[in-house]
Amino acid sequence: MDTTAQLNPTTEQPLAAAPRLTLSGISKSFPGVRALHDVSLSLYPGQVTALIGENGAGKSTLVKIMTGIYQPDAGTISIDGKAVTLPSAHAAFGHGITAIHQETVLFDDLTVAENIFLGHAPRSRFGTIDWRTMRKNAREVLDTMGAGHIDADARLKDLGIANKHLVAVARAMSIDAQIVIMDEPTAALSLKEIEELFLLIEFLKSEGKAILFISHKFDEIYRIADRYTVFRDGEMVGEGLIRDAGQSQIVRMMVGRAVDHIFPQRKAEIGAPVLTVSGLSHPTEFDDIGFELHRGEILGFYGLVGAGRSEVMQAIAGITRTSSGTITLEGKSIAPKSAADSIDAGIVYVPEERGKQGVVIGLPIFQNISLPSLKRTSKSGMLRLAEEFALARSYTERLDLRASSLSQDVGTLSGGNQQKIVIAKWLATAPKVIILDEPTKGIDIGSKAAVHGFMAELVAQGLSVIMVSSELPEILGMSDRVIVMREGRIASVYDNKGLDAETLVKTAAGIAA
Amino acid sequence: MTDTPAPRHIPDRLDKPLNSAIFSWEALLVAVAVAIFAVNSFASPYFLDAWSLSDLTFNFTEKALIALAMALLIISGEIDLSVAAIIALASTMMGMAVQAGAGTPVLVAIGILVGLGCGAFNGLLVTRLGLPSIVVTIGTMSLFRGIAFIVLGDQAYKGYPPSFAFFGQGYVWWVVSFELTLFLVAAVIYWFVLHRTSFGRRVFAIGNNPVAAQFSGVRVDRIKFILFCLTGLMAGIASVLITSRLGSTRPSIAQGYELEVITMVVLGGVSILGGAGSVVGVVLAALIMGLVTFGLGLLNVPGIVMSIFIGLLLIIVIALPIIWRRVRRERFT
Repeated sequence: MDTTAQLNPTTEQPLAAAPRLTLSGISKSFPGVRALHDVSLSLYPGQVTALIGENGAGKSTLVKIMTGIYQPDAGTISIDGKAVTLPSAHAAFGHGITAIHQETVLFDDLTVAENIFLGHAPRSRFGTIDWRTMRKNAREVLDTMGAGHIDADARLKDLGIANKHLVAVARAMSIDAQIVIMDEPTAALSLKEIEELFLLIEFLKSEGKAILFISHKFDEIYRIADRYTVFRDGEMVGEGLIRDAGQSQIVRMMVGRAVDHIFPQRKAEIGAPVLTVSGLSHPTEFDDIGFELHRGEILGFYGLVGAGRSEVMQAIAGITRTSSGTITLEGKSIAPKSAADSIDAGIVYVPEERGKQGVVIGLPIFQNISLPSLKRTSKSGMLRLAEEFALARSYTERLDLRASSLSQDVGTLSGGNQQKIVIAKWLATAPKVIILDEPTKGIDIGSKAAVHGFMAELVAQGLSVIMVSSELPEILGMSDRVIVMREGRIASVYDNKGLDAETLVKTAAGIAA
Repeated sequence: MTDTPAPRHIPDRLDKPLNSAIFSWEALLVAVAVAIFAVNSFASPYFLDAWSLSDLTFNFTEKALIALAMALLIISGEIDLSVAAIIALASTMMGMAVQAGAGTPVLVAIGILVGLGCGAFNGLLVTRLGLPSIVVTIGTMSLFRGIAFIVLGDQAYKGYPPSFAFFGQGYVWWVVSFELTLFLVAAVIYWFVLHRTSFGRRVFAIGNNPVAAQFSGVRVDRIKFILFCLTGLMAGIASVLITSRLGSTRPSIAQGYELEVITMVVLGGVSILGGAGSVVGVVLAALIMGLVTFGLGLLNVPGIVMSIFIGLLLIIVIALPIIWRRVRRERFT
């Protein structure tokens, strides 16, 4: 971006005026999950409001309601004091609401100008698209934003993410959008690009746009936002002016929650090290990861999305390759080249993406469970159904699975029950180390309790567990020790005695404690 | 949770309603086969004759042998369009060997090994380079047949030894041909492999969700490679049979067979999207294809009409299972 276009961010604007957009009493439920309950949010012209909350706090649901993708079960939306409904994405667009997402939703194979004017292209007398005017207008919009370096005729796929964001903003400008939602826009940007984005946000403020800014990074929030709203478990727990609130105060709002879930008590009998990882590195995802996992231990891995936790675990499980480092299991060095190798060695990885990586929809329950254990349930390559049913039965009953029969297609089960299948299938291989990646993500409370109870049972039997989780209560309630990762590295290791949520959040976000 | 008593017993399987057997795809295929058989026997006085029926089997055995392996490949989510070209290349290589004075055992070995080699080549391109199989095998389809055309031009290889004729023309017992016997044996083997071994189970898992299969310790690329090799091997065997039956090799041999093989597989109830299918269905589909083409032949329907018919059949069988499943879903769930 052109630096001469820099605006003076220190200008004290009178923070008041009437809100441009007001959401009030918004509730939204999905089968088995209450995503939002009676939340409200106001966006003011010329101001940036930061929406803050843990994963699963309901931020994305709210964005989808504001952009017309979801319909709220209750509540009202008003723009400039007038109540509106947003029955579709098109309607939201028509009301001047536009969103810039982490992965920008634009069209890679169209040009910059086409992307900016898609759906409202200037027309010639004959009703065809007036390409000349469109290009000219596109250049004008980009110039006013200080983004004149972007070629209006370039294909979008040839631009970097930062420039794609600029195109998305240009699109917002071209429809004269008054409300701009930025959902983690900096997640994939370099420092320099983030600076440029901030200049652009200052520009949008000066144009009187009302901006909603979603980010997990506190330095960004303090840098750019005027107001904040904090969500926790689908409820609005605080809002105000950012200059009146300290970081610790906001962190406390994010995490301080009523105890809604009791974690199983267990007698920690932690033994000798089972798994030792040292110097594990990957060209792009993580660097110099080293830790020990003991017998009977639950080791929690906490961090922001994108900190590299899943990538480390997939490397240990042989799914992705590493560039250097060693993995030692019970004194023997192993170098798994595939998931099959690590399963044979006794390490299993229960993936986060249940539908994509976990269950095989289309196969019945018992075949899903026996899949990683086929070597044991078959004899000289021949299937033995009785063995498979026995294996499936013993694990599904321990996990309290709800299904009408073991021959039912897993696709017909609820998310929580599918998760039980996913855990059961890898557990049935009788591993020494089990890595659970977000084991209770998106499942109902009852299934969560079953999974937690089962984890406690496993470590009591001498298994060692690594649990990657972004849910603080789960990390604090289940782990013996907690490793916090930040930007592909281990930021800190904590013993879970008197550990509090604020310390973890601060370490993960890189705020000096 | 309020209603959580002690662990509940989950039955292995529920009693299947009789409906689901009656409305199965295989049952429908049996009904269609019986109907076409009946129509044929009314349409032509020559149809109901042991030798006539024996001749009928030659219409499908060669293609059906390939269809067995192709079924596994399509279930795993891949496809091989080069099978007919593999037949041509293998046949050409056998022809060259005959010119060099090779005997029957050597000819058979060459046919089979060339097929296996072509399959391995396809498999390597797909699994090592990660290319989509439809593109790879369209390429190798031109490549393999192109080689046959370069070697042969507008010539034909003849002069196969008399003992070589047995594979495509011989009878094991009375009207039961060697080809039919080989097909039946192969069908039993493929049925066993797909439905009774852990290898077959992994093929289904890959077809339904290759990522989850890989995470579950299935060596996805290795299994896909084996399936391409098997398909090439079956094409090599088919090449031996066809060359033996015709007694000559032209570069245009088995032209268009790949579509008939795939039609058989899809008509047999194998999902073109992968993940579902049965060997029994493919065998029944092969029989139906044989009955139809033979019946049309008896009625002196010209070849061009027959190819229109095969084209229509292919479209219908791809559309029918989808409609069929939709109807079943409404009925049973």
